[in-house]
Amino acid sequence: MSTLNPSLDHASPHGHAGHGHHELGFVRTYLFSTDHKMIGIQFLMTTLLMMLVGGLFALGVRWQLAWPWERMPFYGDKLFPGEGGQISPEAYTMLFTMHASVMTFLVVIPILGGAFGNLLIPLQIGAPDMAFPKLNMLSYWFFLPAIVCFGMATVIDGGAAAGWTSYPLLSVLRDAAPGSRDAQTWWLFGVTFVGVSSMMGSINYITTIINMRAPGMTLFRMPLTIWAMLITAILQAFALPVLTSAGLMQLSDRLLGTCFFIPAGVIVNNAAPTVGGGQPLLWQHLFWFYSHPAVYIMLLPAMGMVSDMLACMCRKPIFGYKPMVFSMATIAGLGFIVWGHHMYASGMNPALGMTFMVATIMIALPSAIKTFNWIGTMWGGRLQFNAVLLNCVAFVSMFVIGGLSGIFMAAVPVDVYIHDTYFIVAHFHYILFGSTLFGVFAAIQFWFPKFFGRMMNDTVAKCHFVLTFIGFNLTFFPMHLLGIAGMPRRYADYLHLPYLEHLGPMNQFMTYAAMLMGSAQILLIGNFFLSMFFGPKAGRNPWHANSLEWFAPSPPPHGNFDVPPIVYHGPYEYSSPLSGDKDYLPQTEYVPLAQRRQVDAH
Amino acid sequence: MGGKLWALFFMLTALAALAATFAGPLLGVGFPGDGRAYTTIGVKIDSLFMLILWIVVVVFIGTQLALGYVLWKGAEAATTGRPAQFSHGNPTLEVIWTIIPAAILLFLAIYQMDVWAEYRIKTMIPKANEVVAEVTARQFEWRIRYPQAGKPLGLRPQPDDVHTVNDLRVPVGRSVSINLRTEDVQHSFFVPHLRIKQDAVPGKVIPVWFHVTKAGEYDLVCAELCGWGHYKMKARVLAMPEDEFQAWKKQIAVEQFTDGVTAAAPDSNQTPNTAE
Ligand code: HEM
Ligand SMILES: [Cu+2]
Ligand SMILES: [Cu+2]
Repeated sequence: MSTLNPSLDHASPHGHAGHGHHELGFVRTYLFSTDHKMIGIQFLMTTLLMMLVGGLFALGVRWQLAWPWERMPFYGDKLFPGEGGQISPEAYTMLFTMHASVMTFLVVIPILGGAFGNLLIPLQIGAPDMAFPKLNMLSYWFFLPAIVCFGMATVIDGGAAAGWTSYPLLSVLRDAAPGSRDAQTWWLFGVTFVGVSSMMGSINYITTIINMRAPGMTLFRMPLTIWAMLITAILQAFALPVLTSAGLMQLSDRLLGTCFFIPAGVIVNNAAPTVGGGQPLLWQHLFWFYSHPAVYIMLLPAMGMVSDMLACMCRKPIFGYKPMVFSMATIAGLGFIVWGHHMYASGMNPALGMTFMVATIMIALPSAIKTFNWIGTMWGGRLQFNAVLLNCVAFVSMFVIGGLSGIFMAAVPVDVYIHDTYFIVAHFHYILFGSTLFGVFAAIQFWFPKFFGRMMNDTVAKCHFVLTFIGFNLTFFPMHLLGIAGMPRRYADYLHLPYLEHLGPMNQFMTYAAMLMGSAQILLIGNFFLSMFFGPKAGRNPWHANSLEWFAPSPPPHGNFDVPPIVYHGPYEYSSPLSGDKDYLPQTEYVPLAQRRQVDAH
Repeated sequence: MGGKLWALFFMLTALAALAATFAGPLLGVGFPGDGRAYTTIGVKIDSLFMLILWIVVVVFIGTQLALGYVLWKGAEAATTGRPAQFSHGNPTLEVIWTIIPAAILLFLAIYQMDVWAEYRIKTMIPKANEVVAEVTARQFEWRIRYPQAGKPLGLRPQPDDVHTVNDLRVPVGRSVSINLRTEDVQHSFFVPHLRIKQDAVPGKVIPVWFHVTKAGEYDLVCAELCGWGHYKMKARVLAMPEDEFQAWKKQIAVEQFTDGVTAAAPDSNQTPNTAE
């Protein structure tokens, strides 16, 4: 059948792909590697480690919310000896600030872009590496100082104190809070470093995807993962400079005496009045102009990966490939004109609330279309109920909840009530944890064999999934109710308020659930590292998937492909009548045009 | 576990979420207090909330049922060995599920405009509303300044102004507004029972109007992170009948301007300096 498809039997594992690449030493292979796979793995390991750190911060927050001012077990005495092992209000502020900062800037954004972007882009488009391998390496090496800076922001002066949104004046006036002395400066340096790191990644991804696709890989034959990565990289490239400049402006307000965000005559803590001339709302506009697109930067790649995995696990073509692409593009486009929905109550011109509201409500539309298309993909499929599928289904199901709660908040009058309450916290955790992280769990399980050559254990992964999923829902669903009850976020203690004092038991329940969820991650870590050494060996294509990465050896050598791939059709031809006795049709498998046309009518 | 069990597992989760949504208010975790909003605008906000809730619940049930169905069928196919359908999609369906949600969303967007217009746009610069007080947030308390009875509130503090801390009194039964300021960092004026929230922004004076419908004491809290003591910016809004409010203003002026040694000023409408 396949006259043009070079047979794999003749390709030795280290065959001619190795030509031009000589053996590299330990340092060049594992530390200063320019190989996209190694950089991807470096990012993956680092971000997973950071997830652990961020998770511990979160458990501290939950401890305080369940049992305010009680001595923290295990570590209280060591961490807060001056306070008798209690979490002080300052420490609490640091905990939620650094939890959110670590999770957004050091986990979710880099695990999607840095880890999976790096791992998958060249392989899925059939390229030997990224367009700029050195830049790629630098992108990881700019990420590490960010971790150091955030570490400093955690320990100095009791820790940064202005939340992950870092609103002035709390964040710019040194006297406003202990954490606004030097910790905030470190925080800003950290954000600048991650920004530069992401920017290097973005430029690389855009160039690579546009220029380095294998022969035959037209734009509309790209897997949705690649579309998502491309759109995300473009979003990133346009939005990130704004955050970086805003961050530099804040730094200069703090260090150089400028007043971009500081109005005149403000007296904080009996310090001298500010000279002023600036506008605190300017920061909010600039910050959300980046950070709303950023929430999609934290979601779109997961959407792409889940689409790929769903199609494979349902043995069915993706339902509505082009609508999927267009809705991602629409989400990205609209994402630039909705930032004001974070500012309905901020004191900006209220008439603006109206325009931002309409745009925000309309962004729910492409989200809905994507959901329907995922369900359509599963519809009539032959589902393989493994951990990958389960995590993907959780992604879809949780995305529905997160998207629907978004509608409440998009409605300006309603949002005025629930803004800055736990409802918001519920919303974004449903999306960022419920969707993105379940998508990431699925992706780890799915692509693990490609990069480590061995399978992860499915049973352990299922246990991890069930415990995490139940723990997640029990922790975060009640937050909607807390928000409706009017419980503000970022409170070290709410029990002294008469209208909130009945919420103690519910918060304790949620903390138990969070502990369950946290401990379940041991299964993931165990499964990950044990499988790396003891998992059953995987061949090139253990899932019988179509896209190009499965055409390469597992793990792929430097240069990726032993036989340069040629692409003949899209990546979703599962259960195609053309595929003969198997139920998948790799992108590299040649099918005569006439037959293809017949099938295209479907 | 078989595939069908997994389908049930996801359906049970959805059912639990639905149950929790409605069990909340029954367990006493609904809107604060007795669940009702005690401002005219708050009532409208709540009914908008309920409308969205019902739409969302219907959509939620629909999508989760569809999800359950495809999971169940897909599990069946896996056991019977039926091959997956080979289909790249369905343009008609695609159009349908674009247009219907678009219509619902557009309806929602337009429907709520009126409430927002009433809340903030038509009344951004209150003309009819009397400005009863200036509320100044600071780390970590609320300072409140009222004009002397019978006088309008001056933009700057006047010598005969009356001051309270963490205790805002307003009359019920008519719309009034306050001028919201902050002395230091950002704060947010949040009265959950009245469904009011407005950030206080350094360098700005922001008018906030409301029409309280029932006399009573309501919690006033801060909803914008303002430092380590953010959680303890607790105060109250005391809504009082008109005559009580006026009487209180007179009385507090007397208390404030009497040092307890010299006799009280004969006429509290006069400024204390001239009464001397
Ligand atoms: C259906 C679409 C969505 C709508 C209508 C929507 C709407 C909103 C609105 C109005 C807010 C501001 C609420 C407030 O602070 O008062 C908000 C906050 C937020 N949303 Fe969404 N959202 C949607 C989807 C998403 C997605 C896909 C993500 C992430 C991937 C996301 C992440 C966030 C985050 C992180 C915040 C809160 C940030 C903070 O205040 O710390 N949302 N959303
Ligand atoms: Cu947003
Ligand atoms: Cu506050």
